[in-house]
Amino acid sequence: MTAPYRIAGKGHLGTAPVARFTFDGKSYAGLEGDTLASALLANGVHLVGRSFKYHRPRGFLSSGVEEPNALVGVERDAARTTPNVRATVQELYDGLQAVSQNRWPSLSFDVGAVNNLGSPFFSAGFYYKTFMWPKAAWKHLYEPFIRRAAGLGVAPEQPDPDHYAARYEHCDLLVVGGGVAGLTAALAAAESGARVVLVDEQPEFGGSLRFESQTRIDGQDGWDWAQSAVHRLAGMDNVRLLTRTTAFGYHAQNMVAMIERVTEHLPGPLPDLPRERLWQVRAKQVVLATGSIERHMVFPNNDRPGIMLASAGRTFLNHFGVAVGRNVGIYTSNDSAYYAAIDLKKAGVSVAAIIDVRDNPKSAIVDQARALGIEIKAGHVVSGSKGHLRVSAMIVKPRGGGAEQTIAVDAMLTSSGWTPSVHLFSQSRGKVAYDEATQRFLPGTYAQACVSVGACNGSDRLEDLLIEASQAGRGAAQAAGVDHDAAGAYPEASAAEVWTGGMLGVAPGVEDKKAFVDFQNDVTAKDIAQAVREGMRSIEHVKRFTTNGMATDQGKTSNMHGLAIAAEVLGKPIPEVGLTTFRQPYTPVTFGAIAGNARGALFDPTRRTAIHSWAEEHGAEFEDVGQWKRAWYFPTAGEDMQAAINRECVTVRQNAGIFDASTLGKIEVVGPDAATFMELLYTNPWQKLEPGRCRYGIMLREDGYVYDDGVVGRLAADRFHVTTTTGGAARVLHHMEDYLQTEFPHLKVYLTSISEQWAVIAVQGPKSRDIIAPLVEGIDISDAAMPHMSVREGKICGVPTRLFRMSFTGERGFEINVPADYGRSVWEAVWAEGKKHGACAYGTETMHVLRAEKGYIIVGQETDGTATPDDVGLAWAIGKAKKDFVGIRGLQRQDLVAPGRKQLVGLRTKNSTTVLEEGAQLVADPNQPIPMKMLGHVTSSYWSENCGRSIALAMVEGGRNRIGDILYVPMPDNTIEVEVTEPIFFDEKGERLNG
Amino acid sequence: MLLIRCPYCEKDLPEVEFRHAGEAHLVRPSNITEMSDAEFEGYFFIRQNPKGIVFERWRHVHGCGRFFNAARDSVSDKFLTTYKAGEPKPVLGDRE
Amino acid sequence: MRKYSAFAIAREAFRGHKGWEQQWRSPEPKAEYDVVIIGAGGHGLATAYYLAAEHGITNVAVVEKGWLGGGNTGRNTTIIRSNYLYDESAGIYDHAVKLWENLSQELNYNVMFSPRGVMMLAHNIHDVQVFQRHIHANRLNGVDNEWLTPEQAKEYCPPLNISKDARYPVLGAALQRRGGTARHDAVAWGYARAASARGVDIIQNCEVTGVRRAAAGHVEGVETTRGFMRAKKIGVVAAGHSSVIMQMADVRMPLESYPLQALVSEPIKPVVPCVVMSNTVHAYISQSDKGELVIGAGTDQYTSYSQTGGLHILQHTLDAICEMFPIFTRMKMLRSWGGVVDVTPDRSPILSKTPVQGLYVNCGWGTGGFKATPGSGHVFAHTIARDEPHKINAGFTLERFRTGRLIDEAAAAAVAH
Repeated sequence: MTAPYRIAGKGHLGTAPVARFTFDGKSYAGLEGDTLASALLANGVHLVGRSFKYHRPRGFLSSGVEEPNALVGVERDAARTTPNVRATVQELYDGLQAVSQNRWPSLSFDVGAVNNLGSPFFSAGFYYKTFMWPKAAWKHLYEPFIRRAAGLGVAPEQPDPDHYAARYEHCDLLVVGGGVAGLTAALAAAESGARVVLVDEQPEFGGSLRFESQTRIDGQDGWDWAQSAVHRLAGMDNVRLLTRTTAFGYHAQNMVAMIERVTEHLPGPLPDLPRERLWQVRAKQVVLATGSIERHMVFPNNDRPGIMLASAGRTFLNHFGVAVGRNVGIYTSNDSAYYAAIDLKKAGVSVAAIIDVRDNPKSAIVDQARALGIEIKAGHVVSGSKGHLRVSAMIVKPRGGGAEQTIAVDAMLTSSGWTPSVHLFSQSRGKVAYDEATQRFLPGTYAQACVSVGACNGSDRLEDLLIEASQAGRGAAQAAGVDHDAAGAYPEASAAEVWTGGMLGVAPGVEDKKAFVDFQNDVTAKDIAQAVREGMRSIEHVKRFTTNGMATDQGKTSNMHGLAIAAEVLGKPIPEVGLTTFRQPYTPVTFGAIAGNARGALFDPTRRTAIHSWAEEHGAEFEDVGQWKRAWYFPTAGEDMQAAINRECVTVRQNAGIFDASTLGKIEVVGPDAATFMELLYTNPWQKLEPGRCRYGIMLREDGYVYDDGVVGRLAADRFHVTTTTGGAARVLHHMEDYLQTEFPHLKVYLTSISEQWAVIAVQGPKSRDIIAPLVEGIDISDAAMPHMSVREGKICGVPTRLFRMSFTGERGFEINVPADYGRSVWEAVWAEGKKHGACAYGTETMHVLRAEKGYIIVGQETDGTATPDDVGLAWAIGKAKKDFVGIRGLQRQDLVAPGRKQLVGLRTKNSTTVLEEGAQLVADPNQPIPMKMLGHVTSSYWSENCGRSIALAMVEGGRNRIGDILYVPMPDNTIEVEVTEPIFFDEKGERLNG
Repeated sequence: MLLIRCPYCEKDLPEVEFRHAGEAHLVRPSNITEMSDAEFEGYFFIRQNPKGIVFERWRHVHGCGRFFNAARDSVSDKFLTTYKAGEPKPVLGDRE
Repeated sequence: MRKYSAFAIAREAFRGHKGWEQQWRSPEPKAEYDVVIIGAGGHGLATAYYLAAEHGITNVAVVEKGWLGGGNTGRNTTIIRSNYLYDESAGIYDHAVKLWENLSQELNYNVMFSPRGVMMLAHNIHDVQVFQRHIHANRLNGVDNEWLTPEQAKEYCPPLNISKDARYPVLGAALQRRGGTARHDAVAWGYARAASARGVDIIQNCEVTGVRRAAAGHVEGVETTRGFMRAKKIGVVAAGHSSVIMQMADVRMPLESYPLQALVSEPIKPVVPCVVMSNTVHAYISQSDKGELVIGAGTDQYTSYSQTGGLHILQHTLDAICEMFPIFTRMKMLRSWGGVVDVTPDRSPILSKTPVQGLYVNCGWGTGGFKATPGSGHVFAHTIARDEPHKINAGFTLERFRTGRLIDEAAAAAVAH
């Protein structure tokens, strides 16, 4: 089966198998190796999309990544839909289903095209000037309308079932671009032994040799030479070849980010393969061989389907074997389109005429075209085109004025010259320089270990280019430190194509400036001129005002035209108007590929304690605390959360409770100067703390605010076991290391994180000692031998323990530290004993309630980074005789000692069953107008089953002087009256610690 | 992602192994309680924040754990040198 | 200034849009100004506009190193909200929101303020506590902010993932309905046009190289690449470059400048109806009128003026976006860029007189300055014109770091316990 525009024997696809596909539901056949674009063109389909603003019919402009028009949706299945896929890049596979976008009800009849009639109104920036009356209409009428009209494709509706991968790579030389320059550089470097990575965005290496018909290197046809070069490279084990891989971002210190499309060209799904792979390559040297991109001619109605770049016409013909039409018009301002005319003519396609802006083009290639009998209209311009959904004619007239002539065509190829692809060079922070003679920006000053070769460097002559690229490859290998003496011959050009020259902007003699510069965003030469008239003098302003170059192609074909038109209107040279910044990515990159595997469970590591599995088996609900999963409460059958908490709270105070405190941060501070160091890092005094005793410590930042807290046990004169908050472990260690290494390096102290070495089992409650007594070996745990706030080392259940007598509940309590590997078995032994005494397991919520009943603060809940120790009633923890500790000076600042600071207090609601909302605000006068004067807020609030009422802690301005006062909590529906109290609700005398 | 030379490990390593730790060569005075409010503000809050060469601290937090200093160009993000904590500010005149 | 309207567009449509006047003049600098504003971003232009419009001070220059609106104004993710905790913050940001609501009409320039709602997601109990505290404080400050359950959050933003199986499930959200977005360029251009029409000279491509002070200490003017401009008063509104400019006047600042990155996707049909922010998983997203998903990332860890940042920062952001919106995994990043944000120790701005007579500074907005643009310009103009702060910015002094009277919004979000 032959598609009507496929030319037998042309192109590089050979006898590839047929691939069937659909476009907007209609079935077609193409060949494997086609792109969706070449396959549609083979079937004579040019109309593939609608433009953004005017919904004008659009076809293919290009055959590559610079494509602004031919964006389609590709639908593999219900979940695997991808919007805005460039048909010129999407490779064909059997079963491909593509749909057009941004049209309703159909591509050929699009109601949105009515915008085109209104186009005189929708000039550049029109929306800044209207839609302001009436005010409410913007939100409810205008904006929704604009939003519906904008956008191209549609987001997928289901989560993506595919996965993505990531690789890191280090090499001597990364070569970006596998055309003739890149291949030559890679060969030269690889032969000298360097580790080379060569990447190209196309499915095959070869670059412009895909379409060049007259280039011969080392006596071979250009394409054949490229394939043999690839063959040689593939045989070297110091070379990695990556096709379908786009280098999209050039970062600091030669880190280049690349995206490899692994399965997009294959029928699927292929669940074992990643859809795409992100490569981050750190290269000692980079060679940029990124080529150049052809520009279109800017003339009125230059956007009709069938009007495309000359190089695209050649690629479709010479690579894919597809003719873009049967009677093709050529419009150019340089030689490169002549090659297209010649190739078409030789392939049997009629060439209507070559319209050349130049008065008297002279070159061998012009002569060739003439010799083939192709009509050349030099000194002419195209002043318009005809056709509805496909170009049907071009309107031609002499450049200096004269009668218009209509020439029937069914396709047009245009070229206004080539723009070097300096995107990555510019991203590397190199500075481009404008070359006046050739009207192009070229690499100027380099900022990184990188060199540009070939077309992207403005190297036009193949002979020179081959030498330049070879030398760059060898030079890069040397610069990367590779020793070599290989001085192989450079490849030699036997015959070369030359396509220099061209023009920017609208051809002289064309009056109507409604000529498209940026196709996708519908920006015309007229729009750009208008922007300049309105005062936009910087190219960045012009770009933003007109949106030129901001579409999905990022201006690859339009930026230079836009710049030239603006410069002309301003009457300034191009470099003075500036060049817009090239930003990552070179072409759009899939979110999922950048995110990689960091999704779901792998989004962030989950930390679980040694006892986690036991809690899971016993029905615990968990809460996220930082990366930790902590057991929140342990509901029994039929219990809701509050019932479970009530039971747990009462059980702990009546009998005992067992709590997994393993997530607490733990740091061992060891060394002859350990106590001196502790004195400096904590507000408390430590020198006199006896070994075997513990103290509640407070750590400040230098500005005097509470940073962390925790119980510290002194195990020996030179050894402290420090605990931190769960969330604070890493930053407290960092903070300590910082001071130890940089401020107090004279102190002989070693810091070790032991958070994960020790599992911690808290046993709290009147029966706690009875529970652990049978399990403990070698430690006298009587009150006399081991009073509250002491620590002992010994054994429990036969394993080593650091046993703390301490309490965060107000009850007699112990915290059993055991090596984490024994955490669960010791827990189970404690649990077995505990059950005999009516103990329960409890979670973080009960821990919070019990400590609130006692008025113990939680750093991060009562404090918020602006609280001093005194604010939260901990002034006693500051060593009064101390001459220095971190935070001592910050605490002296006037606002930190001023009256009226917020202070920790308790609150009792008038109605004892009302539980305040945490975060609720307190006021003295609930009837004052808004904005109200707020005195503070509720930091913690719970139902306390032990107290038989609600309890709350709050931070209140001058709170300690307000004890006994009535304050109010204004809620949306009512006001709650509260009494300010001491921040303690249970066992005010603290008798139960030894009870 | 920057590539940072740890002067202790003597290796160029990716930035994610390191934690930036603010301006370098700020010394906490031993008589900190005697500082005036203005001096304390200068020590703890005021920062040079230069556009050009910055002297800064890094910690090889996911490596050797050591703090060290670096001189970096804050416009190009290029490192001029890294050196161990406690070493004097290097003279950079002949570098760039 | 010729008025913009649908009628004006129709008139111009029939003459090829040839009759539009310049939106702002590009004058040569004068020798002397009453006020020189350094920095033609949104805040600087707004300051100049309000100096002219509300204080009758029209002999004003706004000098700009590059092109107006080209710094953080044109690089941010345009989120507007005022649901801050502290009275000072709520005061200034809500002042701004009120000005946003009428800004298009006031400037006769459609800045496309779109109160689509800003939803901030809570992912753990600590987040819930913090947001509840904000909601209560906001209500008593007259700032709208309401609590949504996960289901209500999903109803408000259908593509949001509220699965309990997420690594950090959504436990609820705080929604400010009056919050939203605006078109950043239009804000700069609208203020520039309105200020220029009132006589303000906007001088682009003019870099300040020095601040000249008299022996007595007060300011005399600014040295620039286009010559010396005498000035009675100088307002520094230079964002990431504030430290550099203030150093020229021998004032050292409590500021550090960090890279902040953002990105947009390819345009798609409307799918995200509001702004969604998550501090815990670190990502911000909205959809522009053009259809692009606009996504904000975090700052890099090191100070830099490079206007670029590390790829791993974007990776982390897109991890978070794909977690919150699993349907966006196949979307594509179209463009990413960086800005330089100036950050104070308490993450609140400085809008203040300085120890130097005649020198005023407006800086330290960190990652969130765009939302304050009209309010910031309005009260800063007052501060310059009257030589004393407006009551709304009275707390945002330069001295607060000395006294300890911080406005610590970052600390207010606190840390997980």
